Amino acid sequence: MGRVLLVCRLVGRDLRRRKAEALLLLLVITAATTTLTMGLVWHGATTGQSYERTRAVTAGPDVVVNNVSAGGLVPGLKALARAPGVIGHSGPYPVASAVLRAGGYAAGVTAEGRDAAPVAVDQPKVTQGSWVRPGGAVVERSFADALGIRVGDPVTLNGRLFRVAGLAVTAASPAYPETGYLTHNPALGNDPGLIWLTQADAQSLATSSQPLSYTLNLKLADPAGANAFVNADNRFNDGATSWQEIRDQDAKVVANQRLVLLIGSWLLGLLAVASVTALAGGRMADQSRRVGQLKAVGGTPGLVAAVLMAEYLFLALLAAAAGLVTGSQVAPLLTRASFFAGLAGTPGAPPLTMSTAGLVLAVALAVAVVASLVPAIRAARTSTVRALAASARPPRRTGSLIAVSARLPVPLLLGLRLAARRPRRGALTAASITITVTTIVAVLIYQTSKAQRLPGASAALDAPRADPVGRVMLVVTVALVVLAAINALFITWATVLDARRPSALSRALGATPRQVSAGLSAAQVLPALPGAIIGIPAGIGLYVAVSNGGVVTIPPVWQMLAVVLGTLFVVAGLTAIPARVGARRPVAEILQSETA
Amino acid sequence: MNEPGSTSMVWARGLRKEYGQQAGLVRAVDGVDLDVAPGETLAVMGPSGCGKSTLLHLLGGLDRPSGGELHLAGRRIDQMSERGLARLRREAIGFVFQAFHLMDELTAVENVELPALLAGRSPKASRRRAADLLDQVDLADRAKFLPSALSGGQRQRVAIARALSNDPLVVLADEPTGNLDSEATLEVLRLFDSLHAAGQTLVIVTHDSRIAATADRLISMRDGAFIDETRLTGGSTGQLGALAGLEG
Repeated sequence: MGRVLLVCRLVGRDLRRRKAEALLLLLVITAATTTLTMGLVWHGATTGQSYERTRAVTAGPDVVVNNVSAGGLVPGLKALARAPGVIGHSGPYPVASAVLRAGGYAAGVTAEGRDAAPVAVDQPKVTQGSWVRPGGAVVERSFADALGIRVGDPVTLNGRLFRVAGLAVTAASPAYPETGYLTHNPALGNDPGLIWLTQADAQSLATSSQPLSYTLNLKLADPAGANAFVNADNRFNDGATSWQEIRDQDAKVVANQRLVLLIGSWLLGLLAVASVTALAGGRMADQSRRVGQLKAVGGTPGLVAAVLMAEYLFLALLAAAAGLVTGSQVAPLLTRASFFAGLAGTPGAPPLTMSTAGLVLAVALAVAVVASLVPAIRAARTSTVRALAASARPPRRTGSLIAVSARLPVPLLLGLRLAARRPRRGALTAASITITVTTIVAVLIYQTSKAQRLPGASAALDAPRADPVGRVMLVVTVALVVLAAINALFITWATVLDARRPSALSRALGATPRQVSAGLSAAQVLPALPGAIIGIPAGIGLYVAVSNGGVVTIPPVWQMLAVVLGTLFVVAGLTAIPARVGARRPVAEILQSETA
Repeated sequence: MNEPGSTSMVWARGLRKEYGQQAGLVRAVDGVDLDVAPGETLAVMGPSGCGKSTLLHLLGGLDRPSGGELHLAGRRIDQMSERGLARLRREAIGFVFQAFHLMDELTAVENVELPALLAGRSPKASRRRAADLLDQVDLADRAKFLPSALSGGQRQRVAIARALSNDPLVVLADEPTGNLDSEATLEVLRLFDSLHAAGQTLVIVTHDSRIAATADRLISMRDGAFIDETRLTGGSTGQLGALAGLEG
């Protein structure tokens, strides 16, 4: 009991003494646990319930049939309505392709002509305003959300003025921007929005170059057999879609978000390990006298290791709790993203399960153990006399690097030698940068592939495209970049502390403070270079691995080079501050303290 | 009229170094006047904490004085920029420390060539000079050894060789034998003696009277001030060990 009390007391005092470090550490692990919690919570989330609800309130069709051209096909569509197994229908409705202008944006839309009277199959649910009327358009809610369109706003369709009469949701189409899934009109790009007009208004938008097409909604006796109905005899020539396909298209977006979150959380976890390792390693050098004092008064190596690790384990526990709370609170916010505006009701966040909580806790503790175990064991094994003398761990000698560095300018000479002294720290820097560049490259490929996959019909179509997966990717990337920046600061500071004596000595032998601070920065930039270069193939590999055979377009070489150079530039900038602080410490004071 | 200190290697007037304020004010160096002639060996003696190491740090531009004037080889250095001081240390000053302060991961020859590399000399010229210096201090056969594989005396000889790397105008030694046994102390003294004979200006801070006895001049220091000055003949070569009381 006494030992536990002692450990708790020492941990408490040290945390109070180093509040800023403790806070940063907490932040780093919390970022990883929050993202992991969100990913795990989302593991149980699907849009299924929301889609079912939307289908119920809109009398959603079991099959939607689209015909690109009306020439002689309307009678065929009407005949379909009497096909065996069909128990209800609405349409065929005329569909016009048009360019919508609203709020300074231009977007391709499919404008479906509907009757003012409600129908039995696919009656979009008006969530705001009223249903179609002459001159009044109803805008699909997720599309309106993406463009910021509100009821009463003026919009033009192919130059004709309409008023937004209402906003509505439907189960006959996936939510924006996936509405393009049902259309095949290249003039609209691949992400047209969906609006409803009166039939007369829709027909009036047709032109000779953009003729009307028709859409028919069917209700089947066996809704579960909709896929079989669509695929039978290939009679629709890919012009028909089952309700299951529409549901799955919605679910795919959520699955992609979940994948990004889970991958992001593992990458953040790895970065957290690098952060904690750098901090723990750096602090051990600082704590060596404390270790000696503990041992001198009878502390066993086990007790010493326990004291050193308990602090990190305690912070990991706090971070796990914070991550669980934050992650489970933030996860539902994603469901309020505009993508889900296309569904009636948003999918509620699945409850936080015991297994999720257990996994998050285990990951947080694993981060702390992996990062602090080696330095703690090393400290526990240090002889008491050596620890009391606060002598630093002897540096590593890499003869070839020392020989090469003699041919370099002074800052690089110092930087290379400092980096070679602590190869493990260099590896942490490289790993941290690799993870960051991997993510940035993957995001770059995603954006490039998206642009390739979804070429706009015309440069004039500039409406913001809702990109729920890209949004999650952006959040994860920002978190990763921030953590990597914190890592760079941690690692530089650890290097500054460790390099006090060689830096002071270099200055005593004639190096200027600027050369020494540039050397300290170079000690971070040099391992960051291979890390950044490795990040490029790693990012490509990661994207290819998770794209599951989808479109992968590699960005131009100059963009990749810009990522590498930009990363190195940022690392140099970030490390300059602690390096300058370290290089300005009085030489005499440091050399004196080493003598003492 | 000559510039102040133009004929001296080191010239200081009213040199002060203070730490703290008001009641906590400590005068580590308190109004010191000093002249060191070219080729002279000066020993500064005094008990621990008397300010002799601080004085040496001021003379070498490692620390800035709180007041007074300081010239090295006719150049005023007490108001010099950090960059200027760095250049001065690299070109005109060689340091020898009590704790040797060798880079643990560098071999003896790599340690010795370091100041030359920092001064921008070519790797080949730096290595050649380092090898010559190690030969002079009788450590040519230990050139590839790490400091951890050398004895205390050998480490200090490496440090002396390093101090000479850029042909300094003055070598400043801070308790150079403080961590050495008698035999190693004698080795180092012989080395200083040969430097003296070659006309190298030396300022040695020590609390060991045997070391001080080998200098041309001895200054005693207490509480940051010079309290006594004695001209000696110990700088002459010959019975160095006996003079220093290190031989039976």
